[in-house]
Amino acid sequence: MTTLSRRSFLKIGTATILAKAGLESLDAFGVPAPSKVERIPTFCDICFWKCNAIASVRDGHLWKIEGNPADPLCQGRLCPRGTGGIGAAGDPDRLKRPLIRTRERGEEMWREVSWDEALAYIAERMKAIAVEHGPESMALFSHGLGGTFLKHTWKAFGSPNIAAPSFAQCRGPRDTGFELTYGEGIGSPERTDIENARCIVLIGSHLGENMHNTQVQEFSKAVHAGATVIVADPRFSVAASKAKHYLPVKPGTDMALLLAWMHVLVTEKLHDAEFVAAHGHGFESFAAHVARFTPEWAYPETGIEPDVIRETAREMARHKPATLVHPGRRVNWYGDDAQRARAVALLNALLGNWNRKGGFYTPAMMDVPSYPYPDYPKPARPRLDNPDKRYPFAGEAITTGIREATITGKPYPIKGWMVYATNLLHSLPNEKETLRAIDALDLLVVIDVIPSEIAGYADVVLPESTYLERHDDLNVELFKQPFVALRQPVVKSPDDQKPNWWIARELAAKLGLASYFPWNDIEEYLRYRVKGAGLDWETLKREGIVLGPKQPIYQEEGLESEFPTPSGKVEFYSNQLEAAGFDPMPVYQAPDPGPPGSFRLLFGRAPVHSFSRTHSNRLLSDAMPENALWLNADVARRYGLKSGDKVRLRNQDDVLSNPIAVKATQRIRPDCVYMVHGFGHTSRGLRHAFGKGASDSQLVTRYKTDPLMGGTAVNVNFVTLEPEI
Amino acid sequence: MSRYAMVIDTRLCVGCMDCVVACKTENRVPEGYNRDWITEELRGVYPDVRLEIRSERCNHCDRPPCVSCCPTGASHVHRGGVVLVTHDQCIGCKACIAACPYDARFVHPDGYVDKCTFCIHRVEKGLKPACVSVCPTHCMHFGDLDDPQSDVSKLLASRPHHALIPESGARPHVFYLT
Amino acid sequence: MLELTTTRHNPEIDPGMHIWGWEIPVYLFLGGLVAGLMIISGVRLLLMRPTERHPMICCTVGPLLGLALLSLGMLALFLDLSHKMFVWRLYTTFQITSPMSWGSWILLLVYPALGANALAHLPEAIPALAKRFPVLVTISDFILGRPRLVLGIGLANMLVGIGLGIYTGILLGALTARPLWGSSLLGPLFLFSGLSTAAALLHGILLVALPKGERPAFADFLLGTLAKWSQGRAPDPSAGPVLAKADNSFLTIELGIIGLFLIGHLGSTETHRRAVDLLLHGPYAAVFWVGVIGIGIVTPLTLQFLEMRNRIRHTLVPSVFVLIGGLTLRFILVYAGQDSHWIQASLP
Repeated sequence: MTTLSRRSFLKIGTATILAKAGLESLDAFGVPAPSKVERIPTFCDICFWKCNAIASVRDGHLWKIEGNPADPLCQGRLCPRGTGGIGAAGDPDRLKRPLIRTRERGEEMWREVSWDEALAYIAERMKAIAVEHGPESMALFSHGLGGTFLKHTWKAFGSPNIAAPSFAQCRGPRDTGFELTYGEGIGSPERTDIENARCIVLIGSHLGENMHNTQVQEFSKAVHAGATVIVADPRFSVAASKAKHYLPVKPGTDMALLLAWMHVLVTEKLHDAEFVAAHGHGFESFAAHVARFTPEWAYPETGIEPDVIRETAREMARHKPATLVHPGRRVNWYGDDAQRARAVALLNALLGNWNRKGGFYTPAMMDVPSYPYPDYPKPARPRLDNPDKRYPFAGEAITTGIREATITGKPYPIKGWMVYATNLLHSLPNEKETLRAIDALDLLVVIDVIPSEIAGYADVVLPESTYLERHDDLNVELFKQPFVALRQPVVKSPDDQKPNWWIARELAAKLGLASYFPWNDIEEYLRYRVKGAGLDWETLKREGIVLGPKQPIYQEEGLESEFPTPSGKVEFYSNQLEAAGFDPMPVYQAPDPGPPGSFRLLFGRAPVHSFSRTHSNRLLSDAMPENALWLNADVARRYGLKSGDKVRLRNQDDVLSNPIAVKATQRIRPDCVYMVHGFGHTSRGLRHAFGKGASDSQLVTRYKTDPLMGGTAVNVNFVTLEPEI
Repeated sequence: MSRYAMVIDTRLCVGCMDCVVACKTENRVPEGYNRDWITEELRGVYPDVRLEIRSERCNHCDRPPCVSCCPTGASHVHRGGVVLVTHDQCIGCKACIAACPYDARFVHPDGYVDKCTFCIHRVEKGLKPACVSVCPTHCMHFGDLDDPQSDVSKLLASRPHHALIPESGARPHVFYLT
Repeated sequence: MLELTTTRHNPEIDPGMHIWGWEIPVYLFLGGLVAGLMIISGVRLLLMRPTERHPMICCTVGPLLGLALLSLGMLALFLDLSHKMFVWRLYTTFQITSPMSWGSWILLLVYPALGANALAHLPEAIPALAKRFPVLVTISDFILGRPRLVLGIGLANMLVGIGLGIYTGILLGALTARPLWGSSLLGPLFLFSGLSTAAALLHGILLVALPKGERPAFADFLLGTLAKWSQGRAPDPSAGPVLAKADNSFLTIELGIIGLFLIGHLGSTETHRRAVDLLLHGPYAAVFWVGVIGIGIVTPLTLQFLEMRNRIRHTLVPSVFVLIGGLTLRFILVYAGQDSHWIQASLP
């Protein structure tokens, strides 16, 4: 006789009740009743924010991923991309096995090979290049934390040429501008205390569409708490819809607006005089400098009425120091971007919000030792991305500098590229130049999860495991509260994909550099670092995150401000800039007008996509399968276009885009058009995303280089519309 | 007794679709289908425009026209006023789809009619619906209107709000704070 | 200016609702037609003297056709179901507020009512069948020998027919989320459209079955074969003008109801006005004015009026037009109805 335990009896009872209550929907999930759910902490990699998450695995299959409540970054709530992250693992278009090219570059014809063959092939060519041209002739482009171990292999190989598009193509101008002013950059996650700001000024920054989790959460909290939002943007962004003041600024004239704001603050003596007196350098010259930039002067440039400029400046002053003029993230717009970032930095300085609640805080970090590796060989030749310090204030390597050197062979030739997790054809401006550089290469290796456009040109493609299938280096985060976080595999890779650390280690072994990887597996490496930091490995594995001690991050908490500039102060007047032959204080240059009848091409982010790498993720592509061309509704009517009509864009250099659907809207100025970046894929391997929407990158054939730091400004392209019939 | 409702603060919602994606993973909503979605309603002429962004779904109405027209009782009102579809009672006649003023229902690829369940399987375990739990702006609230101390009761008592198409007479229970 | 955008993209819902294709209009058309056949056959049965026993176009052909057409209609309905395996669930419950539940039970009553009606005169209509199955004669005699049973069958056909006819309209009318359907007039409208199509069908059959020489040539072969097989006599042509007259009354009432339907919507909310605009001058206007009003009602009304005045010959044209019109009415209401929706705009 079988006895029914009380427990199983209760189970049956509950199941019956549930069934009676009409909860068959649960069964209809197709899940056998007693499903086993395992919850594994890790951190996200759909963007670079690195939110901590907990993935649920139901009966061996990925079910969902949620924010880790212990995480100071995401506070238990991932952004839509993070939530849709499991779609990356299940993407049927993923790269599955190592590939070696069989036809011309770009034809996307491959043969599948073993890892051993692929890595031997790469190592052999790298060694040949090193013999003929020196190891420095191998360049590495890498984006994100996953590149850590490859960079290590690179340095061990003897090449200093490592760059990421996140500098010259993204936040570089901002960090340079702030470093020149405060002696420190903004970093990532941005050191902005949006949550406590009483007045938030966004210049082109589209929080909410730009889904940097913590920032959006804090922005929402601030709006909820009644903060005043001021948005200057040629497009009525989502953030603009939360704003008290929306300033429909003419594209390219933000500097004029900034100067006029500073003029109002200084001439009306609304600025934080105490802060400026204590910490300002060259304020008198600066006050004299901004005296001429009246709101009346700015009006014809920006299109913003003088009264509005005055009113918004006074509004900022009213809430100081809890007024935050957001420094933005991708700010390579018009070529004077580092100077504009400096203007933003100075406007913030006038509001005295450095190291203040509601302004900029000083992030805290935990001390975690690095793994003791042997010393790297000293490269025979220095980095070549910025020869002779052509861009004297570039704080990081310039991708486009490496590209240029690859084309010209100067100052020395670059013969091989390894590209990790960045789709250079979409992230660098002017893809023709990138292709020309590729033509000059003896070896192009691409490591990625999906067959990106750049992978289509690779000699060897290495398929990487997704972040849900691998370990990575620790995330030692600089934030309001410091923490150490662990990425660990949640599921196995479905095919023959490998984690980057394994690839880096095996390649090093094939290059004869095995001594640089003294650890046997990644856990040994990670455990060493965790133990060295005095933390418990098991706790970290179980919780995914270990918080560090709270430290003062504002003046309000007792933090003393230091400004590591040459003057030791906030540099309203920059002697370094002057010495290098640049304007010591920001000045305004009117933007180049486009050809008559054309629209300035602007682009930005969508909350459900990251760069060009999430469009084959079925969960995310389902949320937004293609991009649309934002076109002023009145203009659209004149062209006889309505929402949904397809057009192609032709740019000033006669490049014609894919067809893209028009979004005729009252949310954009009539002199520009806007689209979300990253769509319009041309890689045949991306079967799902292929040909959906248009690619802004394709139309960005021109760029202006920032003379201070080498950033490539791309909002200088113009398009005309060609209706698709 | 309880009467569940959702209250969404349109002043905070940024339309990021996290609610949509979370619903999809939590409830395994098939690709190409939506139990919830984002609507943007824009009025005015540039640059003087107003934008309301809403996360929308089944309104779990007090007088659900989808339930009254269902010939088999598959569509029914569950505890707490939650409108559910019992899959193995549904014949797929689609009358409920036509009856819903919000177009909140659809035919699941497996044949039955599907829609938002207010994540009742989570709610009955004391959790919030997946969309509410994930929302990075904290613009979504879920709770019991019969409890005057609940978030939703307090918000509706203190803030101006509206529901969608109240004139349809269905008495919707998803409210939008303005 | 108002811009409304949604990220929802459910198949058959977005951007425009199209959950019902050809199956539902065909089902509603056939349902209405059968309802009309039932009412006409019921009335005819009641009006008949008990001793009057000869082939009845209304009381035999009508019900038999009705059974066949209803089965076709239900097949169409079944084809439309997306969860077919569970269709039996209709008959494990009765949902008092659901027109479709009412309908599914009414459909069950239709079969016995029509069957009884057909059996009453079957031996007269198809002697061959009666010879093979003598029990049919017994049944017929049994029915016709009991006036109260005849009365019952007649009334049952009328009442169930009225119920069925109204149900086909209320089925849509109850779905108020589609503002075009938001009118109880759809019940009588579909009832009278059903009656007109039924009368037209019977009238048409009668014309086809006229004595040789008077009937259209194409009918010769068909009828020859049929007559030989059934050993039946030609139906009584005297019913023809009665049917035409009845048809014209039904068409007139139908036209009146359409008028009221339009007026009701035009005088209602903006939502309803816009819904009816779909028919009046929207994308469905051409089909509505030409198909439903012109071909379906006005033309046959005029032709039959002239026929009855003996100004023109009786032809099949009015019957065919009425049937086309009836089908078009169901199609246009089902399609335009799905296109109509509440205007969702909530900002003040």
